[in-house]
Amino acid sequence: MISDSAVNGKKNNRLTAGVTPYAEMGYWQPDYEPKETDVLCAFRITPQPGVEAVEAAAAVAGESSTATWTVVWTDRLSAYEHYQARAYRVEPVAGNPDQFIAYIAYDIDLFEEGSIANLTSSIIGNVFGFKALKALRLEDMRIPVAYIKTFQGPPHGIVMEREYLNKFGRPLLGATVKPKLGLSAKNYGRVVYEALRGGLDFTKDDENINSQPFMRWRDRYLFCMEAVNRAEAASGEVKGHYMNVTAADMESIYERAEFAKEIGSVIIMIDLTIGFTAMQSISKWARRNGTILHLHRAGHGTYTRQKSHGVSFRVLAKWCRMLGVDHIHAGTVVGKLEGDPNTTKGFYDILREDFIPANPAHGVFFDQHWASLATVMPVASGGIHAGQMHQLLDLLGEDVVLQFGGGTIGHPDGIAQGAEANRIALEVMVQARNEGRDFVNEGPQILEDAARHSKALANALGIWKDISFNYESTDSPDVVATPSY
Amino acid sequence: MRLTQGQFSFLPDLTDEQISKQVQYALDHNWPISIEYTDDPHPRNSYWEMHGLPMFDVKDAVAIMGEIRKAISEHPNSYVKVNAYDARLGRQTTAMSFIVGRPPEEPGFRLDRTTGEDRQIKYSLHSYATDKPVGERYR
Repeated sequence: MISDSAVNGKKNNRLTAGVTPYAEMGYWQPDYEPKETDVLCAFRITPQPGVEAVEAAAAVAGESSTATWTVVWTDRLSAYEHYQARAYRVEPVAGNPDQFIAYIAYDIDLFEEGSIANLTSSIIGNVFGFKALKALRLEDMRIPVAYIKTFQGPPHGIVMEREYLNKFGRPLLGATVKPKLGLSAKNYGRVVYEALRGGLDFTKDDENINSQPFMRWRDRYLFCMEAVNRAEAASGEVKGHYMNVTAADMESIYERAEFAKEIGSVIIMIDLTIGFTAMQSISKWARRNGTILHLHRAGHGTYTRQKSHGVSFRVLAKWCRMLGVDHIHAGTVVGKLEGDPNTTKGFYDILREDFIPANPAHGVFFDQHWASLATVMPVASGGIHAGQMHQLLDLLGEDVVLQFGGGTIGHPDGIAQGAEANRIALEVMVQARNEGRDFVNEGPQILEDAARHSKALANALGIWKDISFNYESTDSPDVVATPSY
Repeated sequence: MRLTQGQFSFLPDLTDEQISKQVQYALDHNWPISIEYTDDPHPRNSYWEMHGLPMFDVKDAVAIMGEIRKAISEHPNSYVKVNAYDARLGRQTTAMSFIVGRPPEEPGFRLDRTTGEDRQIKYSLHSYATDKPVGERYR
């Protein structure tokens, strides 16, 4: 904690024309007690050389609320003290003398009810390009219950999705159709049919499958529904294909979504690239029309991955739960994409729990109450395979969609065999866990034993069991915890 | 055709010992067990017949196994499943569900298609068994 001695002796003439340090304009209030209804933010700030951490924190508070670079007389026409954000605490970051965590409180009146677009325009609007800072990262937000209650949240949530799909007590299984680009609609549907009849619950369009010259959306949807229905008849289970409705404009998004619903799809998907307003619009549509809404977080890595600058995914996860998606990709830990185990645990908690206590070891800065807002099903995809099933179940738990794209379609004997291998591996691992076995350590043996009755699983393990992606994470908590996750 | 609803349908049919361990897992979590059966296995059939009420107060896996065996023997021509229910706030839904009894033959489903304009097809899933009245199926 940095004392306020550096900047005490508040200027009495807050409104004198000219340039006044932000800290002296009321944006630094070390004795401020945040209200229950305040929006709280934790920013990782890296001030430019010569800029005091407290002044940098106050500048962030100012620029993300009422301030501009100079005093304006028009402040005197408002109850400005009510609208000023307040930096109330600045802490050094252990092991990194250039960085500080600045805690800032915003009055709830600063934000339009039920609008992520407005919330983000305030909090990450101008301030990230601010010259006085070398880098700035929004690490976490505490959203007050009063504000949460102005949002619809996920159209269905985990409980409703499971009851709708009639699938309980195990992770769901999915696969993204590969190759990502170039398949004709009929060939594409073949992959969907084989994967679903083989044992998966879902297949998925990839983020960049929209409506290109090699395959237009309507043709894809029609062939995919043939595949889904054939697989349902072959298994007696509910199956789904995430129809990507991402398009250039909202009218086209609605057109595609309407068609997907008309032909009986249980689920549609969007990409993060369509923007918060479009996401919130389609979320309302999805609730009105009873389709599950899957979100592919396309593009998030451009601003979530680097620890010094951007927005943490835990914040993005909160925004997406508020604006309302049923599924969101949230990391695998063991796969090919970024994912520190403790940080990922924090993401999963934010999506699935109703109360998340502050926990520095998981990168969670604030207590967060969701006030019964529906939960979001996290999706794990990217470089995972049947041979990791014990680790996946241990790390990610039960309410998750495990998506094996290459790990299904790349099976040497065929797509259905790849799907079957994954389903058997999953079921045998859930069974072993429930039987009280030490499934994490015995995992490889449990899989080998199951493979004795399944050639599909044996061959999957044969080619993939030694594949792993061990790279250092770029986004890990400052606090190192005893590995318990 | 093997109906693959439930948690463990891709594994060989569970033995009594294996079922008992799953029941114990549910009891350890305070999830009461219920048993349901049906001769209409359509995936959208949400309401299988209840074999009695959920066993809210039975904490003994041996007693529950007795009830499971009874349900299976009383309904040899039906699917029988075991559910565990999680009544905690925020869940209030089924926590586990797996099939423990199947009819001797599983004829499966027919997929009916009605073609419409603009290449649209209306699909309908038809269980062969439901051609006969309730109680006379799977014989």
